[in-house]
Amino acid sequence: MANGVFTEGRATLSARTFRTDKWWLQPLFTVIVLLSFIVYATFRAFENGKYFAEPLISPFYSPCLSTACVNGSTSFVGTIFGTYHILGMTVSPSLFILIFPLAFRLTCYYYRKAYYRSFWMSPPACAVAEPHSKYTGETRAPLIIQNGHRYAFYAGLVFNVFLTIDAIGAFRNERGQWGHMSVGTLVLLANATFLWLYSASCHTCRHTVGGRLRNFSHHPVRYKLWTWVSILNHKHQNFAWISLFGVALADLYVRQVSGHSIRNLYFF
Amino acid sequence: MGRILNLRIFRGNAADGGLADVAVEAMEGEVILDVIHRVQAEQMNDLAVRWNCKAGKCGSCSMEINGKPRLACMTRVASFEDGETITITPLRAFPVIKDLVTDVSFNYKKAMEVRAYEHPVDLKPGDARMQQIDVERSQEFRKCIECFLCQDTCHVIRDHEENKKSFAGPRFFIRLAELDMHPLDTVRNRKQSAQAEHGLGMCNITKCCTEVCPEHIRITDNAIIPMKERVVDVKYDPLRWLGSVIRKRDGIL
Amino acid sequence: MSTSLGRYNYDVVVIGAGGAGLRAAVEAREAGLSVAIICKSLFGKAHTVMAEGGVSASMGNVNSDDNWMVHFRDTMRGGKFLNHFRMAELHAKEAPDRVWELETWGALFDRTKDGKISQRNFGGHEYPRLAHVGDRTGLELIRTMQQRIVAMQQKDARDHGDAEKFIRVFAELTITEILKDNEKVSGVYGYWRETGEEVLFTAPAVIVATGGIGKTFKITSNSWEGTGDGHALVLKAGGRLKDMEFIQFHPTGMVWPPSVRGLLVTESVRGDGGVLTNSDGVRFMFNYIPDVFKDKYADNEAEADRWYTDQTNNRRPPELLPRDEVARAINSEVKAGRGTEHGGVFLDVSKRLPADVIKKKLPSMWHQFYELAGVDITKEAMEVGPTCHYVMGGVDVDPDTAAAIGVPGLFAAGEVAAGMHGSNRLGGNSLSDLLVFGRRAGIGAAEYVKSSGKNPVSDASIKRAQEKVAKPFTQAGGENPYTLHHELQELTQSLVGIIRTKVELEEALKKIAELRNRIAKVSVAGGREFNPGFHLSFDLDNMLLVAESTALAGLTREESRGGHTRDDFPTMNPVWRQSNLICTFDGTKVGVEKIPLPVMRKDLFELFDIHELEKYMTPEEIAMGGIN
Repeated sequence: MANGVFTEGRATLSARTFRTDKWWLQPLFTVIVLLSFIVYATFRAFENGKYFAEPLISPFYSPCLSTACVNGSTSFVGTIFGTYHILGMTVSPSLFILIFPLAFRLTCYYYRKAYYRSFWMSPPACAVAEPHSKYTGETRAPLIIQNGHRYAFYAGLVFNVFLTIDAIGAFRNERGQWGHMSVGTLVLLANATFLWLYSASCHTCRHTVGGRLRNFSHHPVRYKLWTWVSILNHKHQNFAWISLFGVALADLYVRQVSGHSIRNLYFF
Repeated sequence: MGRILNLRIFRGNAADGGLADVAVEAMEGEVILDVIHRVQAEQMNDLAVRWNCKAGKCGSCSMEINGKPRLACMTRVASFEDGETITITPLRAFPVIKDLVTDVSFNYKKAMEVRAYEHPVDLKPGDARMQQIDVERSQEFRKCIECFLCQDTCHVIRDHEENKKSFAGPRFFIRLAELDMHPLDTVRNRKQSAQAEHGLGMCNITKCCTEVCPEHIRITDNAIIPMKERVVDVKYDPLRWLGSVIRKRDGIL
Repeated sequence: MSTSLGRYNYDVVVIGAGGAGLRAAVEAREAGLSVAIICKSLFGKAHTVMAEGGVSASMGNVNSDDNWMVHFRDTMRGGKFLNHFRMAELHAKEAPDRVWELETWGALFDRTKDGKISQRNFGGHEYPRLAHVGDRTGLELIRTMQQRIVAMQQKDARDHGDAEKFIRVFAELTITEILKDNEKVSGVYGYWRETGEEVLFTAPAVIVATGGIGKTFKITSNSWEGTGDGHALVLKAGGRLKDMEFIQFHPTGMVWPPSVRGLLVTESVRGDGGVLTNSDGVRFMFNYIPDVFKDKYADNEAEADRWYTDQTNNRRPPELLPRDEVARAINSEVKAGRGTEHGGVFLDVSKRLPADVIKKKLPSMWHQFYELAGVDITKEAMEVGPTCHYVMGGVDVDPDTAAAIGVPGLFAAGEVAAGMHGSNRLGGNSLSDLLVFGRRAGIGAAEYVKSSGKNPVSDASIKRAQEKVAKPFTQAGGENPYTLHHELQELTQSLVGIIRTKVELEEALKKIAELRNRIAKVSVAGGREFNPGFHLSFDLDNMLLVAESTALAGLTREESRGGHTRDDFPTMNPVWRQSNLICTFDGTKVGVEKIPLPVMRKDLFELFDIHELEKYMTPEEIAMGGIN
């Protein structure tokens, strides 16, 4: 039975859309970039190597919580996980932790828009008929899980703390002495900063700091916070992309240093 | 002085209709509605089109121009290239009545389903005191001119006729948000009913409503997502739920 | 011909779903009656949404010196003392309650620091008096009352199982006739715009709240609905129109680009510091302060500028003179060759306020100029000129009940009613007028229905109404209604416009008579289903009656006052102030007669400084000092 714009009673027009602009460009671009990231991240998560080069650690492997972590890379909280093997391969320490930032991005209100449009084509673009015959949105499993975004947000904050500590730790030299600074320091600092901005601009954050209140005037401090977060929230989409590239580039940098492809240049 | 525009306008009704080609002169500074009026006065006397204020304030002349839901009075002819054929159709999420006029009664039905504002019974007229920062959020949503472009573009109803029963649409999510954020409204279960009765959970925040809003209301960021978060507070967040039980109050309600 | 005639029975039919109509409907329903609300457009699109500045009410939230007496004085002054004093009195006294009431229905006005409803300055108002929501106050009013009606319907659904049992909105329906039987109103007749099918409403009381007549003019701020339907319906039903010569030309309409010519630029732009300059860069309004206003308006730029920060010790800038004065001043500047490229003057707020403040205080104005004219008002000046905005004249009503004089069962409120604003309306007094007299019309109609009972419609009345609707389709070879509308607009604009003369008005009347013959033969292409040509053919007839009334009354009144400026009688004449002009219709042409203006009550008379009254009244009137 005809549905959507072809439903009986609506204007009898056969085109799925009359848009004349390149509406398909944006979803296509999103698919390409996100797929590239997924391929790279998967490769790196399973590579189980080249993620540590004193004092730099890749954000894909921090905090490193497994006894399988290379010497010196483990977090100050110690090793929670042992060393496991599946099919004769050591399970990468990255796999214990990557699920959390992944969940944060997967349930993020911005990424949801991006992948619902580009991957699921629901809808592919505004006023372009979608290909699905049924639609239930986020009302049932599995998508109802999106309502747990705030927990992923909290977890994301914990990771931001670890990555900030890593960035501070990067003010050391290769022998662990403090008071030094390298390109790697800047890379990890930038990465941590963008992640904080991404978290702070998050819709859940905006809700938590003040959005949930009915009367701002009774909570002047939270109102102030809410105003600041609201300003950042305007740019949430930008921070989402920048921080995504940031993580990948920070990892790539550490990988190259660790693999001795490049030298971590020290300023002092 | 003017230039010739080539239009393809939908003529007809639900039973029988199609695109009709027409060439019409357009003057400097004109909007699509002016051109439609010229077609109406000179070539198609009975061309049906809704319009009122011609200033983007009443939300009557909603239609789809080159496939995009727009107000004809706010779409400038200058934004189209010379020689371009402009396709003008009625809103495609609603039944067509004739030509560019659609039956938007769906929206009035949905308006009826949103429980009205209730003033505190003991607060006499003139005694209300509210701070500007507390009314501003709801004021943004009250800018809505009910052009229903957001309803038209929303794929939940545009692409799925069967969802119309259970889904109120962006226009009424901002109405719900407006009331839930209203400093004085005494109705206490708006979040629950937003999810249970108005289909807030159906929205997958793809933001087309925000993109088409001629009043630039940030429908998704300022109304739908905050409402979704408020729903989580009362429905999906175990910690919040526990907190409200322990503190014996309904949290932010 | 329509096969089946839709029939509905109500206690009260309200024609028009703008501010006045909705307020009347709410009141009539609250009085326990069943109400039909009829509108030509969709529900919630009425021209009231275009009101920008605010609703005037002397709540005294910003300046506690304000009270109803000051508001009354300002209103009378603005109307050049031609107002019906009782209407101005009721309006000033009741406006605050009407505004507060909206708040209990969910309206969200802008706030003062202490949480009250904020009030802004406006032309002709002594104190900051306009409750507002940015520059979209009219929209807030409509939406609030629309939602109030929904609330009532929800309650009816809970209590009686049917939301539309006692109050129903009939959207996109045109009323073609007010029916009378036994010399009293018996109902109304019309057709659905969507299908062309005809509808009969029987109702002992009908409230006309159809708004204005702007579409009779070429340059107007009014939407297509402002075709004077109510004015014409009442005339044809045997009612009287009063003060039809007084038409307000808003001083600041957009002049460029042509497609938005006439579109309103809110007075708040001037209230918030916008200044008017001519092409020589001169702030010309200082040259146009009339004697009657000399003590209230600054005669130099320094004082005018100080007023924005210190209103107690300085006189107001002349940009804030009543609308008729500013409109005439702009007209004179342009005629003297000091206009802008597109025939307006400059209105600039960009040098007064920082960009972010402009966007916050005047968001729709910024939007309007940016989107439609490509002008960023935070950086450059706007070009503005007069535009037909409001008709002070209208149905002659009883001030307390809003009952139309001469037609039992007929009521009128809002712009379509006359008397409240005299010869010129102050900005902000329109929205408050809607609320105050909309409510009074609702009460008036309810009381009338309760005392008079039903009045069935006779078959003869129905037959007459049916024949009229069918007429445009039955005659072939007549003219296209769009062409005729265009000609009528050109005619009124050039001959009955902002400045009038005897010769031109006489010519106008002659041309109107010609047009009447041509309009009677108008023919319509296409079918009945949503056919704008068909719709326009009815509007045309209405507009013609309005134009004729305006021209005739304008020709008769040999003075200049408020919204009526005669080049051949350029000053106010105290003797003319004692009279209203009444227009009636005998079925073929409009007639005019002079009736005495009611004399002000003594207690109200004494609210004024005697020297001020001397500028408007004859020595005999001053000596009399009002009546008890």
